[in-house]
Amino acid sequence: MAALSIRTLSKRYANLEVLKGIDLDIESGEFTVLVGPSGCGKSTLLNIVAGLDRPSAGTIEIGGRVVNDIPPKDRDIAMVFQSYALYPSMTVRQNITFGMECRHVPKIEQEKAVTNVAKLLQIEPLLGRKPSQLSGGQRQRVAMGRALVRNPLLFLFDEPLSNLDAKLRVEMRMEIKRLHQRIGATIVYVTHDQIEAMTMATRIAVMHQGSVQQFADPDTVYRYPANLFVARFMGSPPMNTMPARLEAENGSLVVIIGAGRPDEVRLRLKGYDAAAPFVGREVVFGIRPECIAEGSRAFSGDAPVLVNAPVEMVEPTGAETMVLLRLGGEPAMARISPDIRPAPGASASFALDTRRICLFDPETERLIA
Amino acid sequence: MTDAVSTATRAGRPVISDVVGRLPEYLMIWVPLLLSAAHLISFSLWTIWISFTPSTLVPVSGWVGLRNYTAVLASRNWQIAFDNLLLFGSAFVLLSLLTGLLLAILLDQRIRGENVLRSIFLYPLAVSFVVTGTVWSWLLNPGIGIQKLVHDLGWTSFRFDWLVDRDMAIWTIVIAAIWQSSGFAMALFLAGLRSVDADIIKAAQIDGAGPFRLYRRVILPTLWPITVTVIVVQLQFAISAFDLVRALTNGGPGIATQLPALVVYDLMFQRSQLGRGAAAAVLMLLILLAVLLPYAAWRYIQRRQAGHA
Repeated sequence: MAALSIRTLSKRYANLEVLKGIDLDIESGEFTVLVGPSGCGKSTLLNIVAGLDRPSAGTIEIGGRVVNDIPPKDRDIAMVFQSYALYPSMTVRQNITFGMECRHVPKIEQEKAVTNVAKLLQIEPLLGRKPSQLSGGQRQRVAMGRALVRNPLLFLFDEPLSNLDAKLRVEMRMEIKRLHQRIGATIVYVTHDQIEAMTMATRIAVMHQGSVQQFADPDTVYRYPANLFVARFMGSPPMNTMPARLEAENGSLVVIIGAGRPDEVRLRLKGYDAAAPFVGREVVFGIRPECIAEGSRAFSGDAPVLVNAPVEMVEPTGAETMVLLRLGGEPAMARISPDIRPAPGASASFALDTRRICLFDPETERLIA
Repeated sequence: MTDAVSTATRAGRPVISDVVGRLPEYLMIWVPLLLSAAHLISFSLWTIWISFTPSTLVPVSGWVGLRNYTAVLASRNWQIAFDNLLLFGSAFVLLSLLTGLLLAILLDQRIRGENVLRSIFLYPLAVSFVVTGTVWSWLLNPGIGIQKLVHDLGWTSFRFDWLVDRDMAIWTIVIAAIWQSSGFAMALFLAGLRSVDADIIKAAQIDGAGPFRLYRRVILPTLWPITVTVIVVQLQFAISAFDLVRALTNGGPGIATQLPALVVYDLMFQRSQLGRGAAAAVLMLLILLAVLLPYAAWRYIQRRQAGHA
């Protein structure tokens, strides 16, 4: 059953079109992450789903019921905010029970629900405290407790981890994911952090300039980005993209970077038949940093593809060494073994994983193959 | 000039040009500060000293102990003034607080023309108390004000003569004072309402809180530090109220609307009893301190708690 269906939804403020015909179908039990740079409309979309903002056109269905004209409290949703939005004058317990109090749930049931949620989130010792006496992570837990206690059809998370420090963010990320696996809730989660999207989502909707660029599972989004925006947004560092030329040679496709230069790079492609119409034309060549490695690395498959490339800069991170090199004159980041430190200014041999190359149409910026 | 100053300072040798360059700053800050501090402290001490002397028309030295105080405290004038202060102070503070809060909540509903309305409600604050008092004394005067207007409209049985009514006259001061200063309360409350995190209000909407519950349980509790500030500022005004009352009722009818500041004025400048007047003034100061010291203590505790959190 579709827990949430969004149909041709648009939103405009005066002359500014914030959302342009959004269509999304979210299945029950899915963890959907709406990800995009700030200003892409993801938070507006979430607010419209919650009923805190009205769409200019289009419909929203929650659990098979059109909710356009239903107020937030009757939509059977719960929301967790970036600022936690705890009621400052109430204790943790009162924060959690406030919604039930508004719905006139009997006191005994409220008590039972609070006990369950507090146990689930391990916030029992905090129930008597005020939000000002809690740390950021504890506030986040309480905010989640307030959402969980409602047991709604749909959970909405609006950048819930953005205010936490890096370490806590990773912890809470795992915790939210664990929670999702445990209670099987349907979650729509907004973030600008593509790592959060990759790690938590069962499906990712990448948004940009008011429309959904790609809606797919994390692996697909990462491996087959629908267009250049997605390719450059997902992944850190992002996919290397550079102009290239596609040629046919002895019946197979060859992509040439820096064609005509003495250091041009020619890569033979296999399984890229979809790109055949672009033979003899310019394309945008994309390769993830982890698909460029030190020359001794054997990417599984056929004979290794090796190129000699000048190294410009080396960034050791401990877990790996990031190398800025030039492929046919174009800058590219490579992710190589941590114990290998090529000398900047010299040339080194690099292995390329040519099975994971992406080719984009330079005009439409769409993925060709 | 700037270069010379910074070089001199960097070298650690303040030179003449350094001092001369900063002279305007010193003059602007220290001269007024010293003057006002000297005024405040020296005249307070002077008044306290006078209150223990047998001064009448002119200050004289001598020591009469607490005689002036007992005389003032025993006088009917002071007793009425003190009772009036209790009534006026509490009614005025409470009502201006409620009026200000109500105006702020109404203004906070994202209405059109908010800026204009806000200015209108704040404007009385820019008017001198004497003007307020005079205008309201006309408005409330049964012969020329509101009562006359309603009479002229044909409703001749209408009575609104609180200004000349012994028991109700104090309420005319309450009305005028509220008109004058509820805009101040409104401005502070509005700032408080605006500083409530919008997400909290959204969360309450999703939780299903109606407007009444939203204000009572979620928004208003966040306003109480502002409320304390407003109460203290308004109480301060109430305790030292002089010009408004002087222009509106001048303590009358009879001495029905007497207030401490009027008693001081009366004793000092009309009955030529400087010693007793000074004693009344010191009593006023004590009442003021009874409000301000707990407030200062409260602020101190708040800040310490904030420091720990």
